[in-house]
Amino acid sequence: MAQLLQHLINGLAAGTIYALVALGYTMVYGVLKLINFAHGDVMMVGVYMGYATAFALGRQTQKTFLGVVLIFLVAMGGCALLGFLIERFAYRPLREKPRLTALITAIGISFALSYGFQLDIGFLPGAAPRAFPEIIQPTEWLVIGDRDVVVWNWQVMSLLIAVGLMVGLQWLVFKTRFGRAMRAVSYDHRVAALMGIPTDRVIAVTFMIGSGLAAGAGLLYAIKDTSVSPLMGLYVGLKAFVAAVIGGIGHVPGAVVGALLLGLVEEFVVGYAASTWRDAVAFGILILVLLVKPGGLFGRVAAEKV
Amino acid sequence: MSEAVKTLGEREPRPPLLTVEGLKVHYGAIQALKGVVLSVGKGEVVALIGANGAGKTSTLRAVSGMLKPSAGRITLAGQDITGMKAHLLVPRGMAHAPEGRGIFPNLTVQENLDLGAYLRSDTAEIAADQEKSFKLFPVLRERRKQLAGTLSGGEQQMLAIARALLSRPQLLLLDEPSLGLAPQVTETIFRTLREVNAAGMSILLVEQNAHLALSMAHYGYVLETGEVVMAGNGKALLESPEVRKAYLGE
Ligand SMILES: Nc1ncnc2c1ncn2[C@@H]1O[C@H](COP(=O)(O)OP(=O)(O)O)[C@@H](O)[C@H]1O
Ligand SMILES: [Mg+2]
Repeated sequence: MAQLLQHLINGLAAGTIYALVALGYTMVYGVLKLINFAHGDVMMVGVYMGYATAFALGRQTQKTFLGVVLIFLVAMGGCALLGFLIERFAYRPLREKPRLTALITAIGISFALSYGFQLDIGFLPGAAPRAFPEIIQPTEWLVIGDRDVVVWNWQVMSLLIAVGLMVGLQWLVFKTRFGRAMRAVSYDHRVAALMGIPTDRVIAVTFMIGSGLAAGAGLLYAIKDTSVSPLMGLYVGLKAFVAAVIGGIGHVPGAVVGALLLGLVEEFVVGYAASTWRDAVAFGILILVLLVKPGGLFGRVAAEKV
Repeated sequence: MSEAVKTLGEREPRPPLLTVEGLKVHYGAIQALKGVVLSVGKGEVVALIGANGAGKTSTLRAVSGMLKPSAGRITLAGQDITGMKAHLLVPRGMAHAPEGRGIFPNLTVQENLDLGAYLRSDTAEIAADQEKSFKLFPVLRERRKQLAGTLSGGEQQMLAIARALLSRPQLLLLDEPSLGLAPQVTETIFRTLREVNAAGMSILLVEQNAHLALSMAHYGYVLETGEVVMAGNGKALLESPEVRKAYLGE
């Protein structure tokens, strides 16, 4: 029983991190109908930005509250800027081209970032994973019994941050003027422009929000994993993508539910079966969901617009 | 411009609001417009009629900034707006209810209306204008909280027009507002258009239903394969044997 509870907690904690990355996928898909395959790699770059900031702050300052806030701000802000640049110079010129063109470009950017960061020249970090500093001292937030169940502070933090951001996003999308514009752009950006909506700006801001979220998620992941590597984006990005599709891509709460589900399933597979089965089960669930509900758990299969 | 445009009847002189000269539009290798010339005066209703594929929709799209013309010049209230983006033309008084209605089915009726007033911040005035639209189309008030995609075709067209009016345009572009509607609904919509025109709004009206369009228009243009081939006041066009033969099925 205690073991089950522990797995439940670990699974939820892992799921919340997927959730934050999945939210970015789903938002960008929502407005552009583009699977931004570079999303995970943007996250990776964000983690390196956080890493560099922590390094610059030094061992003492990086652990202070202000230090941690600064690390998150630099990483999230830097990633928002990176997302803006990618959208502006890689995707926007392709907006009126067939969607496949943008998709292939996204894959190209993904590879450029994940392999570019393996180079060892200039500021690039090289291929070897590095230890991510313990900017948040892991402490036991809750201990049940004789250490039967342990809930760590960072697990609670991730969960709170993820749920908070999800609620915030839901509010942004459904209750604000900007969100209304986002949903209009999502349905048809040409008609949205006829309402006076600056569609390019709406799309750019959406990209920036999604990329900033990814950086935050990446830092939480790196803190948990205590490491950072150029390929982490491919891996986490893929998992988050699976989560977003399971939930119904384009659907904000769906992404979170899909991610939590994925986190739990992975944890239980590792806990009760074997860790080698983890990814196979994750993708198996994806296939199963797509077979039974092609639009994802919450998505509706929309008729393709002509 | 190849041949001269045949002109019938007088046009009541008005200060120009919209002028279009030598407008060309290409879709890749396909040339949809070959030098369209037309104008709309202040307070005027101008009809643009023509067969399917003549280039009516392309003309409206170029005027409202939905697409970039490959040649030509467009002015609104004396200012060159050629190639300007659509969202920058809305604050200059352009509203376009596009072909196929262009409502957002994933948003509620109320949210669609709110988007019509997207650039306005005069909350009290917006509420008053919305009240007016609800008077014109009471069904929209009843359906306010429903997703717009659940409306019938006629209700969607009413929503499209109400939404366009909420930006308080000087010039309203309408692309086949009667398409697929029951005669009663068409009647309601055209009555509304007459009312807003009487209040001073200029209208450029694209219709396949030439009779309907020309009987309400002050002036009209006939478009054929990307060119204006005939122009004249609404009454004169309605009476012209060519128009009657080609567009009124006589
Ligand atoms: N998106 C498009 N791509 C390619 N050709 C188009 C497109 N839209 C319109 N056309 C072509 O341009 C011409 C004019 O079309 P359109 O302006 O829609 O005419 P109308 O509204 O009078 O029916 C037609 O030959 C049509 O096939
Ligand atoms: Mg048309």
